[in-house]
Amino acid sequence: MTDLAEARLAEQSAQIGPPLWLLAEVTYRCPLHCVYCFNPVDFAKHENELTTDEWFKVLREARELGSVQCGFSGGEPMLRDDLELIVAEAHRLGYYTNLLTSGIGLNEKRIDALKEAGLDHIQLSFQDSTREMNDFLSSTRTFDLKRRVADLIKSRGYPMVMNCTIHRHNIDHIESILQLASDIDAEYVELANTQYYGWAQVNRDQLLPSREQLERAERITNEWREKHGNRMKLFFVVPDYYENRPKKCMNGWGNIFLTITPDGKALPCHTARMLPGLEFPDVRTSGIREIWYESEGFNRYRGTGWMKEPCSSCPEKEKDYGGCRCQAYMVANDPDAADPVCDKSPFHGRIVEAVERAQIAGNPMQVKPLIYRGPKESLQLDRPF
Amino acid sequence: MTVTTASVPKIGRHFRIQWEEAQQAYVLLYPEGMVKLNQSAGEILKRCSGETSVAGIVDDLEKTFNAQGLQQDVINFVELARQQKWVDVT
Repeated sequence: MTDLAEARLAEQSAQIGPPLWLLAEVTYRCPLHCVYCFNPVDFAKHENELTTDEWFKVLREARELGSVQCGFSGGEPMLRDDLELIVAEAHRLGYYTNLLTSGIGLNEKRIDALKEAGLDHIQLSFQDSTREMNDFLSSTRTFDLKRRVADLIKSRGYPMVMNCTIHRHNIDHIESILQLASDIDAEYVELANTQYYGWAQVNRDQLLPSREQLERAERITNEWREKHGNRMKLFFVVPDYYENRPKKCMNGWGNIFLTITPDGKALPCHTARMLPGLEFPDVRTSGIREIWYESEGFNRYRGTGWMKEPCSSCPEKEKDYGGCRCQAYMVANDPDAADPVCDKSPFHGRIVEAVERAQIAGNPMQVKPLIYRGPKESLQLDRPF
Repeated sequence: MTVTTASVPKIGRHFRIQWEEAQQAYVLLYPEGMVKLNQSAGEILKRCSGETSVAGIVDDLEKTFNAQGLQQDVINFVELARQQKWVDVT
């Protein structure tokens, strides 16, 4: 390496902040079969999970760089029977630890062990507000169990953070979802519209709500806020298909987020492994410092230098960093393109078409069945999204 | 309830304050989030132990930083922190 190149690298490292957010996807295995799961469609090919000690190494190295928020997700993280050990190590290292769970497998014994291990917070997901819809959308009988887990979480002094992914088939139940949140005494409620990655992309046309549905849901959420004040903090996330400008995906590529997949790939976001022509580093063979500051995978889309038109001359390029690379790849077939959600993108028409189709009344499920996430379907489809 | 010199603030139940070497700052951690505190906010909040009154905190800060007249600033900040639920005040 020339002196100049070395000096540039040093300068670049000085500007890159630490990976403040570490997402540990400890397994892709899951007892649920959600039709909007953001795991890669071909997850069943990536079975070689990191060991307990390998997770300890990841946690230690990321903490040394400054990671401080640590999320344990999946799949269903409770399926790892060493989760308590991994959480305990994260707590010992000084992380704030978050468990993102469907609640399946979280019984009294394990919640006590997790509390003992120092777990700070649990986010519980529901699929809908009624037994029928929850169980239909997850293709399991889990609603009653989730209600019991909610009580368990409260009884151990945890804040109640309820998450419900919103889409065409449950968005009209927003009132009863809010009522459910209130019944389980939630402090935070995330009503996150489906983002179209992984299985959600496979089922996109069946999941995208109509404009009318969306406006109604937003109105009801706002009315709830006015009526009930600050007791529950409500977050309503609009699907970006209804926007004209892209989201600042992951708050910028390689900016604060570091995802480690169950099989040890380090990614700038949990869906980035779909991108073609990019080799992402493996934590079994590389250290986190090298991964974060020096790898091609993390440097490719950092900042604005990689952009082409219409992004490179756009006055808003620092605001959204060109949006999401995965969406650019999935919709425009080019990971270097502007996110097609942006109306400056030459491919924006493809988003508009999908949105227009969503306005047609009737049940799209009758046209095409929903595809449930599962290992058999994963191997059959054998593609990243 | 208004914050006075007699109020006793304590870091909120679901928050944690800690020094972060990599950021050279105190941060407030909560479910899936973090606030990076500036120096004065960090110095005030780390004293919100639930054992010291606002008057005691002001006294400690004025001694530590060899400063005077911090009372109103501390009251204003604790009031803001209470509204954000960063602290509970008794």
